[in-house]
Amino acid sequence: MNGLANASSLFFLSAGLSLIFGVSRVVNMAHGSLYMLGAYIAYTCASKLGGMLGFWGGLVATAAALALVGTLIEVLLLRRIYHVAELFQLLATFALVLLLSDVVAALWGVEDLLGPRAPGLRGSVEILGHNYPQYDLFLLFLGPVVLAGLHILLSRTRWGTLVRAATQDRDMVAALGVDQAKLFTAVFALGSALAGLGGALETPRQPANLGMDLSALGDAFVVVVVGGMGSIPGAYVAALLIAEIKAICIGLGTQHIAGVAFNFSKLTLVAEFIVMAIVLIARPYGLLGRAQGMPRHAAAMEDPLKPAGQALRLLALAVLVGLLAVPLLAEASPYTVVLATDVLIAVLFAASLHFIAGPGGMHSFGHAAYFGLGCYGAGLLLKLAGLPMAAAIAGAPLVAALAAALFGWFAVRLSGVYLAMLTLAFAQIVWAVVFQWETLTGGSNGVLGIWPPAPFNRAGIYYLLVLGLTVLGVLLMRRILFAPFGYAMRAGRDSPLRAEATGIAVLKVHWLAFIIAGSVCGLAGALFAFAKGGISPETIHVSRSIDGLVMVLLGGIHELAGPLVGAPVFTLLQDSVMRQTPYWRGVLGVVILVLVLVFPLGIAGTIAAWARRFAR
Amino acid sequence: MTSRRRFAIAAAAGVLAAAMVPAAVQAQGVFKIGELNSYKSQPAFLEPYHRGWQMAIDEINAKGGVLGRKLEVVSRDDGGNPGDAVRVAEELVSREGVNVLAGTFLSHLGLAVSDFAKQKRVFFLAAEPLTDKITWQNGNRYTYRLRASTYMQVAMLVPYALEAKKKRWALVYPNFEYGQSAATWFKQMMKDKQPDIEFVTEQATPLGKVEAGPVVQALADAKVDGIFNVLFGPDLSRFVREGTTRGLFKGKTMVSLLSGEPEYLDPLKDEAPLGWIVTGYPWDKINTPEHKAFVAAYEKRYNDYPRLGSLVGYITMKSLAAGIAKAGGTDTEKLISAFADLKVDTPAGPVTYRAIDHQSTMGAWVGRIAVEKGKGTMTDIKYIDGASVQPSDAEVRKLRSGE
Amino acid sequence: MKPLLEVRNLRKAFGGVRAVDDVSFALAEGEFLALIGPNGAGKSTCFNMLNGQLAPDGGDILLGGKSILGLGPRQIWKRGVGRTFQVAAIWGSLTVCENVQIALLAHAGEVFRLWRPVAARYREEALALLGDVGMQAQAQRPARELAYGDVKRVELALALASRPRLLLMDEPTAGMAPRERNELISLARRLVRERGISVLFTEHSMDVVFAHAERIIVLARGRLIAQGDAATIQADPKVQETYFGSGRMLARRRA
Repeated sequence: MNGLANASSLFFLSAGLSLIFGVSRVVNMAHGSLYMLGAYIAYTCASKLGGMLGFWGGLVATAAALALVGTLIEVLLLRRIYHVAELFQLLATFALVLLLSDVVAALWGVEDLLGPRAPGLRGSVEILGHNYPQYDLFLLFLGPVVLAGLHILLSRTRWGTLVRAATQDRDMVAALGVDQAKLFTAVFALGSALAGLGGALETPRQPANLGMDLSALGDAFVVVVVGGMGSIPGAYVAALLIAEIKAICIGLGTQHIAGVAFNFSKLTLVAEFIVMAIVLIARPYGLLGRAQGMPRHAAAMEDPLKPAGQALRLLALAVLVGLLAVPLLAEASPYTVVLATDVLIAVLFAASLHFIAGPGGMHSFGHAAYFGLGCYGAGLLLKLAGLPMAAAIAGAPLVAALAAALFGWFAVRLSGVYLAMLTLAFAQIVWAVVFQWETLTGGSNGVLGIWPPAPFNRAGIYYLLVLGLTVLGVLLMRRILFAPFGYAMRAGRDSPLRAEATGIAVLKVHWLAFIIAGSVCGLAGALFAFAKGGISPETIHVSRSIDGLVMVLLGGIHELAGPLVGAPVFTLLQDSVMRQTPYWRGVLGVVILVLVLVFPLGIAGTIAAWARRFAR
Repeated sequence: MTSRRRFAIAAAAGVLAAAMVPAAVQAQGVFKIGELNSYKSQPAFLEPYHRGWQMAIDEINAKGGVLGRKLEVVSRDDGGNPGDAVRVAEELVSREGVNVLAGTFLSHLGLAVSDFAKQKRVFFLAAEPLTDKITWQNGNRYTYRLRASTYMQVAMLVPYALEAKKKRWALVYPNFEYGQSAATWFKQMMKDKQPDIEFVTEQATPLGKVEAGPVVQALADAKVDGIFNVLFGPDLSRFVREGTTRGLFKGKTMVSLLSGEPEYLDPLKDEAPLGWIVTGYPWDKINTPEHKAFVAAYEKRYNDYPRLGSLVGYITMKSLAAGIAKAGGTDTEKLISAFADLKVDTPAGPVTYRAIDHQSTMGAWVGRIAVEKGKGTMTDIKYIDGASVQPSDAEVRKLRSGE
Repeated sequence: MKPLLEVRNLRKAFGGVRAVDDVSFALAEGEFLALIGPNGAGKSTCFNMLNGQLAPDGGDILLGGKSILGLGPRQIWKRGVGRTFQVAAIWGSLTVCENVQIALLAHAGEVFRLWRPVAARYREEALALLGDVGMQAQAQRPARELAYGDVKRVELALALASRPRLLLMDEPTAGMAPRERNELISLARRLVRERGISVLFTEHSMDVVFAHAERIIVLARGRLIAQGDAATIQADPKVQETYFGSGRMLARRRA
């Protein structure tokens, strides 16, 4: 029963995302931000106007306002980038997350804002000896009502029919002569309005706060994926399932199983991701989802690989010489060395993600898992097993590779966003285990005192080690991409059907690619641990996975040089902006938006396209 | 190489470095302090904190600074994660040339910077992090900590919880180190003094994502007499509203950590849960002249009342000023020695930095939550000096043996 | 002669609809056999079962006398079955030549080689195959830029690269202009005859079927209703009735 009200909240939060995704395939990272914005607007209406009108009228006003915001975002931003590289919208909407977070902070301040209770539903009613808040009861019924409303809208109106058709097959709808642009705008506006409404409905239950955007985003994605992309009833069923499982975990509390006390409430940290992993493994398209038409322009974007020409080789050599000279700055500007070390580690991390996301076509949203496992692998081998640094750094990729082998085995069986979400779920499960396993991993505090021994304790020397291993890792992956295996990877991405019919074991190829990427990523993690002198669960956190994707997309997912450009740009940008202004998130968001619009194929991708045009 | 010789070399290197850095600083005629904190990820607590230390610095410099030189704070956002925090600390030390670091809020960031300070041999005053580890298990000679630790805050509440003479207790806490260790200390201290106590249920909720309905229901079903709460921030607001609506708190002894701090109490407005026994900062009720002067100055400057963060920020910089004055500069070794048993007069009363574990004796106020003029506040307040809620010196030495 | 492919009582239903209903036929070594039928007759379903993409509900498929039931597309490929798709599929981000090189590498079992670059591997053989299908001049172009007719030719080269015993072609001329159709089929027929490959193909275009197929089998609503050479099929009243409705089309052809 308690789960039911929460299920309704989850449903409001995720229905809009499901709609948007189903129709336009936009992975809308800003959905949580719209939800947060809704909560703040509703708070202002309810507390400034007050009373019935303020709250109930505020709900309507919020939905309308968010529909407007959604329209603006779609028309001004997304419309320009629908037809560029896949997943590129992710980058644009990620920039919006950064931007909106600072806009909200600037407009409403940083303090939590708890809205008034809903007028007319302040108290509680007694049901079976328990007090149950009236407002929860209202939410409990509102969920199915909204579900029914959306269902009627989608099944009984011409507009709804078009939306459903677009969910099944976009190209067909385009062929029918429907104005796709208008349809997409309308769907984005409706989805945004639903998100805003979801946020608004939460104000009597929790304060509007600046952390809402990301926590809501995670929940929404889980619900949408578990329910099945684009399926509104699926979203409701998934919301119900997750909310009830959490309620049961909480209700069980501490249980003694075979003499061992186990606190089930601790599972709530990760319950939804366990559910998601199980659902995706058992039903790859979610509970009520159907197989999606493959995105058809995946391969259309990419040019054949060309071995580096004379100019590129010279450029690479010059960059390498420049990088080798960095330690000479150790005296004059020691920070440059430290920053350069971070940049190199980011490059290795991003390159390993690009390896599977670009040529492999597997957009992992949980790549941080292998980074973090490399980090923890190295740290724990050093601290607990007492191994020297060299052995710890060598062991870390093995740890990461083991995990990649396990998770990859399931992940390569899926494709598109379902694969992305399964990798995310695995990463979150790893994160939760690390976060809670106090005795082994140091829990939320992590493990400290992992500093490299002499002579690597000097920043310049350690930098050279990182440089050497990064160059090695990047060149190794490049070599593999030019070998039959790399071609087989791309063949499996371009047309799995053709690849299988030609005797390429696509799953096996992609699985091995996953393992290779995982172990290189683990190496990056190990280098990170020694660079920072410690490890913490943040190394596995979803935000690091997202950072990785941002780096890859910023550089250009269809260029081998993409991550090599994207990672430094992102890292240096973040470092410099963070130092300059307290509003660094907003500024970073704006900068990324500009980059997105100027370099629609990513920086390296767009420059390569310019170069080709020039050559012709 | 013997450890002594290694130490000698390290010390020599340290002296050399120290000799070089102040030269740069001297040229500018200021003492530089590197400050880093999670301004973006924890804005509610850290904006008041920022204002607090800014005010302290301006006051100090208006009076001519320290040892005739002004204090200059180079403040940075630490990105909210240890990886970035260590890089920012590195930037402060190597590019800005500071050898005094201060700040941090989240425990794991505090620990990471503390370990960094140890590695790079710079002084670090941890302002806000509550974790016991920063002064005990992971304590190091380069790090001092200002705010009362988790252990101390729990120890302040335990006498009140014992006084209630309740047998069946439940605990609810955020599922990370702070919540876990608060829960552990509470159970241990209570059990020591009241052996027949029963801890009926424990709810460990994900930080920032408490499922208030089911949690309140589970606590109600457990039929307990008392609840120890460690939730804070948005989690606390959800818990309180849900619990009030469902009548969970009626007739129960509610003991709650940090809930009296304006940062967490104010969002609840007139729904602040009456009668909860809490640690906190009742800024409007503290009648000492030092504190009244602090509030007046703060309100005049910012047209807003101080939060606990403001006080912590203020005392952080006042402490550093006192330490630098006593050390005769910012030399790391001298500063470490100067902070040992350093006494600082603060708006909260005199505070001493303990030599034994580098923990300050800044205390906290304990009282009951009340609502006045539509706002939450505390009544029956009592300032508990941090010195009175410490384990024995022998225990502290054992806990700190890792150094 | 022993049949290369033998299909026995093959069945597949989707929901309540019997897409393929108790179909049996055989394909002799070296034969050029057409499978025809109106839309929804079950041709593609039948094909996808032969290829291993779909699992049949019942019946058996024998290749060279051995059942290949339950095998996936790759295992069936290993037993010497090549395939082209109704919507031609090649690898867009590779050059035309690389497409064929990869097929050759796959045939040689070198897919998992991680070190030696592809560039020079089997290049001569690939170019020769491309020469056979008339695509050598375009070998260096990105495959995604090709005209559809050329994609079909490259796909044929891919299928031939693994030296199959049996080639399955699902509507090889779909989406092509009439002149191109005949060219492609003549080309395919010549190439397989040279190599001794047997072919089963489905086809929409009657011109192509009657001009090139040695034997024809006809499906309608999932059932096999007739088989024989072009003349037999054209004369078959059942075919005329169910497949061509009024039979107008055949009448016109005869006239």
